[in-house]
Amino acid sequence: MQAWHFSETAYHLLPPAESYDSIRVSLPNKNYDPRIGAELYHRYLDEWLLAEDEGLHIMLNEHHQTATCVDPAAPLMLAVLARQSHKARLLILGNPIANRRQPVRVAEEMAMIDVLSRGRLEAGFVRGVPYEISPANSNPVRMLEREYEALDLIVKAWTHHDGPVSFEGRFFHARQVNIWPRPWQQPHPPIWISTTSPGGAAQVGSRGYVQATFLTGFDGTRAIFDSYRRAWREAGRGDAVPEDRLAYAAMVYTGETQAEAYAGAEKLLWYITSNKVPPHFANPPGYVPVEAGVKMLRGAEHPLSAFRNAASVEGAIKAGIMMCGTPDQVVKQVRAVYDHVGGFGHLLNMGQAGFLEHDETVRGIRLFAREVLPALQEFRAP
Amino acid sequence: MAIIDLAGISLDLWEGGDGPPLLFLHGGAGFRRDSRYLALLGERRRVIAPSHPGFGVSSLPDWIDRPEDIAHVYLNLLDRLGSVPIDVVANSFGGWIGLELAAMVPEKFGRLILVAPVGVKLGSRDTLDFPDAFALPAATLEKLAYYQPERFRVDPATLTDDELTVMLRNRETFALLVWEPYLHNPKLKHRLHRVTNQTLFVRGEHDGLVSADYMEGYAKLLPNARTLTLPNAGHQPQIEQPEAFVDAAVAFLNGEA
Repeated sequence: MQAWHFSETAYHLLPPAESYDSIRVSLPNKNYDPRIGAELYHRYLDEWLLAEDEGLHIMLNEHHQTATCVDPAAPLMLAVLARQSHKARLLILGNPIANRRQPVRVAEEMAMIDVLSRGRLEAGFVRGVPYEISPANSNPVRMLEREYEALDLIVKAWTHHDGPVSFEGRFFHARQVNIWPRPWQQPHPPIWISTTSPGGAAQVGSRGYVQATFLTGFDGTRAIFDSYRRAWREAGRGDAVPEDRLAYAAMVYTGETQAEAYAGAEKLLWYITSNKVPPHFANPPGYVPVEAGVKMLRGAEHPLSAFRNAASVEGAIKAGIMMCGTPDQVVKQVRAVYDHVGGFGHLLNMGQAGFLEHDETVRGIRLFAREVLPALQEFRAP
Repeated sequence: MAIIDLAGISLDLWEGGDGPPLLFLHGGAGFRRDSRYLALLGERRRVIAPSHPGFGVSSLPDWIDRPEDIAHVYLNLLDRLGSVPIDVVANSFGGWIGLELAAMVPEKFGRLILVAPVGVKLGSRDTLDFPDAFALPAATLEKLAYYQPERFRVDPATLTDDELTVMLRNRETFALLVWEPYLHNPKLKHRLHRVTNQTLFVRGEHDGLVSADYMEGYAKLLPNARTLTLPNAGHQPQIEQPEAFVDAAVAFLNGEA
C-alpha cells in the first residue's frame, strides 16, 4: 500500500457559521484576506514537500468559490509542486472535466505537468460535486456523459503523435488536435477517477482506471470496490484485480499518545463540520438520479453527505472514515477497513484541515510516515 | 391520456373538453390534468396538452437539450393534429416553446395566449432578466412564484412514488433545457417579427419571476401583441385565478376582447 498526503488548502479563518448561509458558492470573498491566503498557500506547499521527504506521495484537488478548498486551478498548484518536488508521485484528483469547456486544454495542462515532473503525474478526473455547478455555470444534467466524453478526447489528444486528429462528439468538438508537449509517460499518465457510488465504480472498473472513493466508510466502500471488481472481471481484464487500482480517502492523524492523536483528529473534523451548504446548492436537479431523489424525498440521506453523521472522532473511526490514534492503533484501523472492503492499494490521507496548525500537521505526517506506513506497505489481501 | 409516437418520441398527450381545439403548452413544473382552469377551459374548448419530452411520462431522446428542439418535434404534432390554424395557450417555459414554434410556422396558428412567457433576453448583460431559480431556497422561490404560496404548497409525503418521480423528472428536464443561456434563446427575438398572429400576453400582478417590464418589452417584439395583468395572482394566474383567467382567455380567443 502507498500513502498520499492530501490537503484541501482551506481558508478556515471565517466569521461565525451562523452569519452565512453557505460556505460554498455564495460566501462573499471579502472574507478572504489575500495576505493570509498567501501565507496559507506557502505553508500547505511546504507540508506537501515535507510529506514527500518522509516517503508519502502528493495529492491535491480542486474546488471553486469555497473557503473549504482555495484551489480553483489545481494544475497551477501542481505545477509548483512538479518543480519543487523531486520523487513523489503527483496526484491531481481531480480535473472537473464535466465542467471544463475545453478538454484539449486539460490534456495540455496535464502533459506539461507530466513533462515538468519527468513522468510523475497521476492524472485524476472527477465529475465534480454538486456545488461546483453554479460556479461553472455548468448544466447539472448529463454530467457523467460529458465527463467520459471529455476523457476520451483527452486520451486521444495524449496518444496521437503524427499530426492533427479530430474529434466530433455529442458535447465536445476539436478539428486539429496536436498537443505540444506530449506526455512523458507512455502511452499516457495513469488515469484515476473518483466516484462514491457502486454504479459509478462499475464504469471505472470496466475501463480499468484507478478508482478512488472518499469517506464512504466500511460498507459503502465495500459496495463500491465490489462493483469495481465485478465490472473489471466482466470486461475481461482478468480474475485478479490489482490492489493498486483501488484507493480510499480517509481523515488520518497519528499521535505519540491516543490523547494527542484525538486532539489533532478533532481539528481534522473541520472537513465534515464546516461544510455548511443549503439544499439548492447541495442537490441541483439532475445531479442524483431520479430514483435516488425520490428516496431522499422519503427521508434518505444525500449520498454525498451520509458521512456527516459521524462528526465525532469516535464516530468517525467507527464509521471507517477516520484513522486516528497511536501508530499501532492506526495500523489496526487501516487494516480493519482494508480487510472489510477486500483490500486497496492507496490510502489518501486527509492529513490537514481547518485549524490543524503547521507543527501539528508535520508531527502527524512524520509519525505516520515513520511508524505506520512501513506496516501498511506489507499489507496483502487475505 | 394517450401515449403517441411522435418522431420517435413516446409522447404523453392529454385531451379533454369540447369545442374548437386549443393547444396547451405547460410550463416548467409540468402538466397537471386535475387543475380547475382546465375544467373551465374544457367547457368551451377541446384542450390538447402534450407533456413535453422529458416531462410526465414522455420520453427524452439524448439529442434534445433546448426548447427549440421540442418545437421541432411539435411540427410533427401539428401535422398529426391536422386542425390548423389552431389557437394556443402557453405558460412560462411553454410560452417559449410556443413562440419558437410560431416563428417557424405562424400560418399554422390562430390566436396565441402567452402566460408569463420566458425565452428572450431583454435586459443588460450585467443583470439577470429572471432570478436564478436554481440558486434560491425553496421558500424564497415559492414566494416569487405565487401570490398565496401556502395554498399551493405540496407535502412530498402525500405523493405516491410515481408522482414524486414525475416531479423530479420534470425538474431535471427543465434544468437541462433552460440552463444556458438561462431561460432564453438569443436568436428568438430576431425571429419574432414573423409571428403576426393576434397575441395576448398575460401576467399575474404579483409574479416575482417574470416582471411587468419584461412582459411589456417581450410583447413589443411581436407585431400584433397586447398585454393583460391579472390581480391577486403570481407566475401562474391560471392556477391562482382560474375563473378570471379563463374568462379573459376565452374572450380573447373568441375575438371579443
